[in-house]
Amino acid sequence: MYFDSFSSALQMGGHGGFVWSAYLITVLVICCLVILPMRKEKQILRQLEGALKRQNRDKS
Amino acid sequence: MGTRASICIIATSMWSFFHKLGSPPWLYKISGSILRWLLPITVVALAVGLAWGLLFTAPDFRQGNSYRIIYIHVPAAIVALAAYYIMALAGAVSLIWKMKMADIAMKACAPIGASFTFLALVTGAIWGKPTWGTWWVWDARITSMLVLLFLYLGVVALYEAFDNKEAASKACAVLALVGTVNIPIIYKSVDWWYSLHQPASIKMTGGSSIDSSMLYPLFWMIASVYALFACCMMLSMRVEILKSEGKTGWVKRLATESNS
Repeated sequence: MYFDSFSSALQMGGHGGFVWSAYLITVLVICCLVILPMRKEKQILRQLEGALKRQNRDKS
Repeated sequence: MGTRASICIIATSMWSFFHKLGSPPWLYKISGSILRWLLPITVVALAVGLAWGLLFTAPDFRQGNSYRIIYIHVPAAIVALAAYYIMALAGAVSLIWKMKMADIAMKACAPIGASFTFLALVTGAIWGKPTWGTWWVWDARITSMLVLLFLYLGVVALYEAFDNKEAASKACAVLALVGTVNIPIIYKSVDWWYSLHQPASIKMTGGSSIDSSMLYPLFWMIASVYALFACCMMLSMRVEILKSEGKTGWVKRLATESNS
């Protein structure tokens, strides 16, 4: 580790706010990019299953 | 004779590969089995790379710690450009051969490319403040990257604007192909118009102007973000495949099997 304490890693010689916010935004965007389509996929399959069950019930 | 036979074999196997690429169930299945190992590896690689750049490298002798933004800014910008090639190529294939999966790839690529371009612009702005003293400047590189963002968003919006999906994909493919003009402008902007944005530090030929202790984490992050892009493409193509194939037998079977 380059920094010798937690607070110096946070401050980064005055650049901490810039660096940490840039990394934070990146992590947020990456999480959205990965999680949103996975949730959407599950949701579509669940909706389809519901529709199919309803169809089968109507038939019988 | 031997070479001709092997060319034949290569040609037929390539043809069958393209044929499979056009098959939604095959694409859905293979992407699922790739993602099962590629996605966890990518997440771990990104976490390692981010921690490496953020905490374990030495600061730049002139810029201090603000330079650490390079580990997300440069990979995001590189992949934002690479994504545009993929989108334009998919657009061309969908325009020429009317291949449905190419159309889906183009549609999936646009918001992902927009996200990476957004990241490159935002991290660049944050980096610019302590380094140049300003968040934004109408520099050629930055402006052409902003145009790239609008091209991606334009493709997304154009898709939504049409009720007829075939017309939508045609219009988007044309927009994507025309927008390719912007790509060499982005590459060359730092050499043609010398202003605030610095020219490339990593060069294919000749020496790079970065120390190797900074270069290794940078290469690590570039590879990780490429892998992330591949994962994102597969994840959103799977969603688009399910959306467009919802009435087919294999998706119905999938829906009943996956939740029971």
